[in-house]
Amino acid sequence: MNRSTPSTPTIPGCASPPAGTRDGAGSGLANGTGATNGELPVLKERGQREVFCGLTGIIWLHRKMQDAFFLIIGSRTCAHLMQSAAGVMIFAEPRFGTAIIEEKDLAGMADANEELDRVVTRLLDRRPEIRTLFLVGSCPSEVIKLDLARAAQRLDTEAGGEVRVLSYSGSGIETTFTQGEDTCLTSMVPHMPPHAGAEPSASRPGGTIGSTGTREAEPGTAPAPPTSLLVVGTIADVVEDQFQRIFGKLGVGPVHFFPPRRSAELPPIGPGTRMLMAQPWVNDTMAALAQRGCERIDAPFPFGVEGTTEWLVAAAAEWGVGRERVLEVTAAARERGRRAVARHRATLEDRSIFFFPDSQIEIPLARFLGRELGMRLLEVGTPFLHRGHMARELALLPGTPRLSEGQHVDRQLDRCRADQPDLVVCGLGLANPLEAEGLSTKWAIELVFTPIHGYEQAGDLAELFARPLVRRELLEV
Amino acid sequence: MELTIWTYEGPPHVGAMRIATAMKGVHYVLHAPQGDTYADLLFTMIERRDHRPPVTYTTFQAQDLGGDTAELLKTAVREAHERFKPDVMLVGASCTAELIQDNPGGLAESLGLPIPVVPLELPAYQRKENWGASETFYQLVRALAAPHAPPPAEPRPERPAGQAPSCNLLGPTALGFRHRDDTAEIRRLLEAVGVEVRVVAPLGATAHELARLGEADFNVVLYPEVAHAAASWLKRTFKQPMVTTVPIGVGATRDFLREVAGVAGLEADSLVERMHTQLPWYSRSVDSNYLTGKRVFIFGDATHAVAAARVARDEMGFEVVGLGAYNREFAREVRAAAKEYGVEPLITDDYLEVEEAIREAAPELILGTQMERHIAKRLGIFCQVISAPVHVQDFPARYSPLMGPEGANVLFDSWVHPLMMGLEEHLLGMFQEDFEFGNDTLPSHLRAEVPNDPATANGGSPAGSAPAITAAEPGASADSAVPESDPAAEPDGDIDPEWNAEAEKELGKIPFFVRGKARRNTERFAREQGVVEISVDTLYEAKAHFGGR
Ligand code: SF4
Ligand code: SF4
Repeated sequence: MNRSTPSTPTIPGCASPPAGTRDGAGSGLANGTGATNGELPVLKERGQREVFCGLTGIIWLHRKMQDAFFLIIGSRTCAHLMQSAAGVMIFAEPRFGTAIIEEKDLAGMADANEELDRVVTRLLDRRPEIRTLFLVGSCPSEVIKLDLARAAQRLDTEAGGEVRVLSYSGSGIETTFTQGEDTCLTSMVPHMPPHAGAEPSASRPGGTIGSTGTREAEPGTAPAPPTSLLVVGTIADVVEDQFQRIFGKLGVGPVHFFPPRRSAELPPIGPGTRMLMAQPWVNDTMAALAQRGCERIDAPFPFGVEGTTEWLVAAAAEWGVGRERVLEVTAAARERGRRAVARHRATLEDRSIFFFPDSQIEIPLARFLGRELGMRLLEVGTPFLHRGHMARELALLPGTPRLSEGQHVDRQLDRCRADQPDLVVCGLGLANPLEAEGLSTKWAIELVFTPIHGYEQAGDLAELFARPLVRRELLEV
Repeated sequence: MELTIWTYEGPPHVGAMRIATAMKGVHYVLHAPQGDTYADLLFTMIERRDHRPPVTYTTFQAQDLGGDTAELLKTAVREAHERFKPDVMLVGASCTAELIQDNPGGLAESLGLPIPVVPLELPAYQRKENWGASETFYQLVRALAAPHAPPPAEPRPERPAGQAPSCNLLGPTALGFRHRDDTAEIRRLLEAVGVEVRVVAPLGATAHELARLGEADFNVVLYPEVAHAAASWLKRTFKQPMVTTVPIGVGATRDFLREVAGVAGLEADSLVERMHTQLPWYSRSVDSNYLTGKRVFIFGDATHAVAAARVARDEMGFEVVGLGAYNREFAREVRAAAKEYGVEPLITDDYLEVEEAIREAAPELILGTQMERHIAKRLGIFCQVISAPVHVQDFPARYSPLMGPEGANVLFDSWVHPLMMGLEEHLLGMFQEDFEFGNDTLPSHLRAEVPNDPATANGGSPAGSAPAITAAEPGASADSAVPESDPAAEPDGDIDPEWNAEAEKELGKIPFFVRGKARRNTERFAREQGVVEISVDTLYEAKAHFGGR
């Protein structure tokens, strides 16, 4: 993993947090209100964080990887969170569950391990179709120092190749909401097969482990020629297919998506694999993949017409395909996307927007809303700011919004009330209370659960923000 | 460790939040990690509250653990006091903070705030939501009312002549199932018979009102799960009698009025006579004949389950084929009731066990919680919700209490709603091959409510789906209308008898709403008789054996 250490060369603007401080509070480059690439000061907040923990990522991960099961080792709170956030009504038999730690488990460690074995055995008997079992750590399991990595190894061996058992942290003391996907994917990286001709593991020649993130890291070194493209971060199946078609026309490929639809079919990687972030929260995953020799393509995120185009252009360039060719291949889709977005311009143009931190998707979406819809950005909050991966986005951000990282929810609410934005993007705990105060809100969580990437979804994405405003106009009561 | 897929109750601190959120001027500081803030959405989304719950979370992180989580807690308490200026403060820990043993209550007290600070000890690895609510309410009542307690030996003074009898209504909370309307209904009922309602608590109560609870002549315990402990303390301390009949259904509401009359010194019969509700006549009218002997399975919190069983048998003419509750604290009441109805009591909070029991009992109607609605959908049985836990659609805009005279009307309407109307049922039985009925005909008044296939309803999203609270729920408007699923698909220990083609076809002619039961009964019969291949004859023999359809 690429944790910055003094001896590691770091690329400009890359602020990978040192191990153990996932929220970047101790990050080397960022102290107080440091300047970003876009020269915007960042307000670093510390206080009550009104956000989900990483467990919530299971809600989409278990739908994406249909042969995987997520077993949370946690408390009644964790189980209750999952059912409150996931909703009980929809999934008849979800592919996740909680092994609830009880009083007797707290008595002694050996006990807890036996209990875990018992629960896992029962589960695997019940669900023989499971190919990957994730043991998901929670705050209680981490505070009592239950070693899930060891347990996973032991269970994996016992399962004798039938089921792969992995572990990762979804705890609220380590992860915020979407970071649960990041830790999950990171746990899978060591099991991704090396692609044909690649070293089984470790660094490519001449490269320093940990600095393989982007080309600029080591100007003099010739990179391995691209052999495959890995798109990282869960996106809707339908969007994957759209991107796959475009890449096909551009001659970029083979293209693999990570996570894959079946957890047992992990894509091959190695030097020559170029990686493209589809979601902004896969920061640790990128670092782990870099250690396997993959190289990150620096690009903005594929939200909106502009973001999607720049994302494709950056990937195509690696295969020696120029911008003109990308524009040619995507002409029709770009035109459709532009038209679909334009329909909402009248509603959104010049309206102001305020983002509470939620998923790390805030900055790219603010960029889209500011540039393609003419919205005025007041505050853009993010739970965690990865300067390296966000550099291109920050550079594109229009105006001089207040950037905030972390949260002190009461102070942020004060700022929001003072700003009186036309639209507030926030979590479910804040939406109705703010509506009752007369503000219009958009639930942030919907942005994670709806297909919003790419050209064909750009209009839908704009509509998500337009709808609350349209509705407010509509209602006469 | 217990493998849990769904839980009936949240952790105990959620119970404490239900008390804090119900009241005015109370603030709760909870030592907890950030993810625990999800609990806010229970109130703001599921109950549609227009205010944030009055809760401050310390949201400590891993990096704080070695350092000073205690200092975080103190800062949070201080800031919350400054910002929200509550009259009383609750301070406690969630499951994670319990493990780090910071003693939040003690820390908060050490700050010397100018208001009462009530420390909460809610053992998260032993107890659950209802207990947490009960304990929190009890601690608050004690802390605030105790200073006004009379000397222990002093008898309660007589109510002055000419003064109307008065009571407090105890138990309604935030996020309570129909608590808002139950409270209004019972207040109306009591006021109609000349009893003054002094304080309703915790719902809508202030700290000052809790301090004055002892002034009323008696206490009405509407929800024993929440208020029994506090009311018992009030009884000991202020010698206030408590009314414990839960007025759900006609019979229970009459009993309730008699009990009230007893403690208030009123004439019981005239009270009961003055009560008016439609249920008795609706239930006696001839079109209700078809309700006779409908098999009903009941599961919920103990209070609602026991109350529903009485209504189901005595007031609707159903047959109670299963009765259970998830809260062990009140298991005794459920056991007693189950004995009366001649069924095995089911005391469990294991959702899979409940599903198995329902499958086994093959009821025509389930009266349960949101979880049973979920089971019902899988088994192809109708379900109505009678108890928490519930979802957003169980907080209707209209007035719909479960208690009192209007509550009885609501119960009649909502339980009858999913069932096939009398004549329609017969027509279906006679002309089931009519193409308009089809094989999967639902009651005609439910036609438009057939839920989408849950698997496809959210087709395109990245995860293939969306959280229920953020998306339109496919089940939301269709809590009772369900397509048949095949309950026989579950593997069984024994060798499964096979249906031959003719028998399978005949089974298909049976209306869908009893088909599952017919299949089950026939297979059970075949297994008992050692029949390996089920023929049309087996089907009818089973029918004769078990009686009925
Ligand atoms: S891949 Fe990300 S974390 Fe690694 S060096 Fe590059 S920017 Fe930094
Ligand atoms: S924050 Fe921790 S204790 Fe709370 S639900 Fe998440 S993992 Fe469980």
